Amino acid sequence: MIKLDAKIPEGSLAEKWKKYKSSIDLVAPNNKRKLEVIVVGTGLAGASAAASLAELGYKVKAFTFHDSPRRAHSIAAQGGINAAKNYQNDGDSVYRLFYDTIKGGDYRSREANVYRLAEVSANIIDQCVAQGVPFAREYGGTLDNRSFGGVQVSRTFYARGQTGQQLLIGAYQALSRQVSLGNVEMYNRHEMLDLVMVENKARGIVTRNLLTGELKSHAAHCVVLATGGYGNVYYLSTNAMNCNVSAAWRAARRGAAMANPCFCQIHPTCIPVSGTYQSKLTLMSESLRNDGRVWVPKKMEDVEAIREGSKKPTDIPEDDRDYYLERKYPAFGNLVPRDVASRAAKDVCDEGRGVNKTGLAVYLDFEDAIHRYGKAEAYSAGKDSEDGELVRKLGTKVVEAKYGNLFEIYEKITGDNPYVTPMRIYPAIHYTMGGLWVDYNLETTLPGLFCIGEANFSDHGANRLGASALMQGLADGYFVLPYTIGSFLSKEIKTPAITDDSSEFKRVIEEVKTRLENLLAVKGDRSVDSFHRELGLIIWDYCGMSRNEEGLKKGRKLLKELKKEFYSNVFVPGEMNEYNPELEKASRVADFFELGELMIVDALHREESCGGHFREESQTEDNEAKRDDENYTYVAAWEWKGEEEPLLHKEPLEFENVELKTRSYK
Amino acid sequence: MNLKLKIWRQPNKEAKGKFEVYEVEATPEMSFLEMLDVLNDQIIEEKGNPIAFEHDCREGICGTCSMVINGQPHGPMGLTTTCQLHMRHFKDGDTIVIEPFRATAFPVLKDLVVDRDSFDRIIQSGGFVSVGTGQAPDGNSILIEQEVAKDAFDAASCIGCGACVAACPNASAMLFVSAKVAHLAYLPQGQVEASKRVKRMVHQMDREGFGNCSNTYACEAECPKGISVENIAKMNREYFSSVIGSQKK
Ligand SMILES: Cc1cc2nc3c(=O)[nH]c(=O)nc-3n(C[C@H](O)[C@H](O)[C@H](O)COP(=O)(O)OP(=O)(O)OC[C@H]3O[C@@H](n4cnc5c(N)ncnc54)[C@H](O)[C@@H]3O)c2cc1C
Ligand code: SF4
Ligand code: FES
Repeated sequence: MIKLDAKIPEGSLAEKWKKYKSSIDLVAPNNKRKLEVIVVGTGLAGASAAASLAELGYKVKAFTFHDSPRRAHSIAAQGGINAAKNYQNDGDSVYRLFYDTIKGGDYRSREANVYRLAEVSANIIDQCVAQGVPFAREYGGTLDNRSFGGVQVSRTFYARGQTGQQLLIGAYQALSRQVSLGNVEMYNRHEMLDLVMVENKARGIVTRNLLTGELKSHAAHCVVLATGGYGNVYYLSTNAMNCNVSAAWRAARRGAAMANPCFCQIHPTCIPVSGTYQSKLTLMSESLRNDGRVWVPKKMEDVEAIREGSKKPTDIPEDDRDYYLERKYPAFGNLVPRDVASRAAKDVCDEGRGVNKTGLAVYLDFEDAIHRYGKAEAYSAGKDSEDGELVRKLGTKVVEAKYGNLFEIYEKITGDNPYVTPMRIYPAIHYTMGGLWVDYNLETTLPGLFCIGEANFSDHGANRLGASALMQGLADGYFVLPYTIGSFLSKEIKTPAITDDSSEFKRVIEEVKTRLENLLAVKGDRSVDSFHRELGLIIWDYCGMSRNEEGLKKGRKLLKELKKEFYSNVFVPGEMNEYNPELEKASRVADFFELGELMIVDALHREESCGGHFREESQTEDNEAKRDDENYTYVAAWEWKGEEEPLLHKEPLEFENVELKTRSYK
Repeated sequence: MNLKLKIWRQPNKEAKGKFEVYEVEATPEMSFLEMLDVLNDQIIEEKGNPIAFEHDCREGICGTCSMVINGQPHGPMGLTTTCQLHMRHFKDGDTIVIEPFRATAFPVLKDLVVDRDSFDRIIQSGGFVSVGTGQAPDGNSILIEQEVAKDAFDAASCIGCGACVAACPNASAMLFVSAKVAHLAYLPQGQVEASKRVKRMVHQMDREGFGNCSNTYACEAECPKGISVENIAKMNREYFSSVIGSQKK
């Protein structure tokens, strides 16, 4: 039976972390050497944690299914990382970052954790700079910032459009240093397929060597999961192809509570789906909405003409265009938050006004920006600002300087030139706020099992602000877990080395083996991908941008039927004991089925709209999301019960430092 | 569009590989890897053994995808990884030859998958700044000129894919190693250990069995991130000054 205790320290918000750090039980250096920690995942969260724990003297074993830690999905983050440095002197502070995060999360996150995140954010930047991360600089040599995601201060640090890459390389190098010093044993191409509990403590994992197929158990005093998000349950997402939920889900099956699984973030500006073969969706940075105007045609005949190819978007006169974000949200216009922009795109496409063959795309148009910038340039250069061609040329240059690399990516993928024809975009799943429930120590409901980064649920509530995931991953790994893990390990200093020869380890290996053998034995007729695609569509249709009771129930039913077919008709080629990507995928999809069901259960129970979770039954008169603070100000932590209904546990959220307000962008 | 594919098949590290011919129907909007997905779907439908190839981000940043297409690592388009290559750059009726990166230090594991652990070991030998968590001074206490930050960034944008090695007639890893050496040597934070770093990394590179650099610059031409051979020149300077420096001592 799960009991939720968030273990939030006493004291005022600003004092909690300081006091905690000075009062926590420490582990002496000679004891650290005897304590072993398994870190699964070496993205930003895992690599930073593994490196920091090893520096402290713990013996670390780190695992990744990638061929190198440098390939983790974190590498793909573009925009930047937030930190309350107030380098721009624009009034930023720890409190303001805390407040923006709580409000952005639609008041569904824990105050104490978020405040701590804001507090340590500044240290992250210092650490990364010292490692050699080449952040953007101003002329004077100081660090540059930009504003991101609709906040009023400039607190986002960035390295061109490759911030995630540069931060991950920094963490990877710190980890590599510890590997070279013998403090970290690195296991590449090893996928964790189960968790081993011994006497109700997380003491190890079972992995499959992805090259040889060998199953092996690994023991330690405690286990840290840093295995990323589960956006790929939707099949099509902006996540890397191999992202999956299995590590976290296996922990959930062993009794760890899964919190707010239905809180997923859908990003409004992605390149739309072009065909059934499509394997993934590419994000176009949010910054584009600073200058791009979103629209669809007003008239159905124009829509049809565009789809047939008899008209081009540039043929549609101004009056026949519906700049629907500007129309619906005059105050924020094209800059409304991610969830609002995404739903609005869905609405116009549901009305049938989508502008590509699939009917699922809207325009993001830079013509106005090109014109506006061009005029200003011509004017300031003393040239003729009425000369259309010149204005276009100058304006294009400005736009190129701002977004050149994004336009290039777009053209590479679609073959269209966005300087002359508007981009086509559509929302796609991008990030998952839900994850394993953790307390203030980042420990799950299973003693000795910690969870960090996107894999936990902790800091973003029902919606994450741009540039805050990188911050959270590195905060957890560099500055929080290395302290809080002591809360568990300080009680383990007398525990001798854990070995994997106990019956628990043997049993779990057998269970994993049977599970994989069963998948291979089905020998049906459908590929794993075909099931994954169909599963993704079910979740997208019924538990995506907009949810209602009837749809969710239907989705759950469809999902169960598909799952049944999966176990009787999937075809997994090859053998267990060889390099077998199809078997890897099959085992991940099997777990996605169960997680998907839990997402639906969670979405069904939360009869309010908040953040990324929009319940059609809970909206205002003008169709905006309606939160229900009276009944839903809690974290929903689910206990998975196998064939029985999942069991809900509630962690009430108490707001002592902020007032709950309604978001409005009208 | 109908395509003929000649693909390298090799069941494992020890086995001898050979080309096999497949036919596939693609559309111009597909990416190259999606075309291979379609082929694999076809193979799976016939209960065959799908072609193993590596990939993850599919947007040109993780460095996982790694094949040689018609003789060129990452295919015919400049500054493009395999996963960013689209079929509109091929014609109906084309024959496409697909094989793994080839280099002694990158053994083939299966079909198009190679082992690039040697790159990790080179980084472990010294490709880092020795600063522990929590030891850093304030970020703005180290001022860095925009130009210097730019040069460092350009070098740091290497994705560790190994195309430079595959392109080089000697299978040299100079471009990859020099990009890391240069990235850290440009920055004041990295200069403290610069001479130790370059020696160790070059030594490790030699131990891994990469070839020598004979200045053909094929690496730069095939690098999907446009890493410049100037980095090699910078590394050579760093290396010589480190050797001379240590002789003086
Ligand atoms: C396209 C894109 C752009 C983004 N841009 C931004 C941005 O600008 N700013 C921002 O703040 N956030 C951004 N995000 C979000 C952010 O990148 C992620 O949330 C974050 O990087 C997650 O880091 P992580 O360390 O938790 O997980 P990941 O980086 O996903 O790492 C997971 C690790 O776990 C390993 N792993 C997983 N399962 C297993 C298993 N079973 N066994 C062994 N190993 C396993 C993997 O190999 C990997 O090493 C973006 C996300 C996307 C998709
Ligand atoms: S230098 Fe270029 S080709 Fe070589 S590993 Fe780096 S990105 Fe790839
Ligand atoms: S799959 Fe990531 S670079 Fe090609």
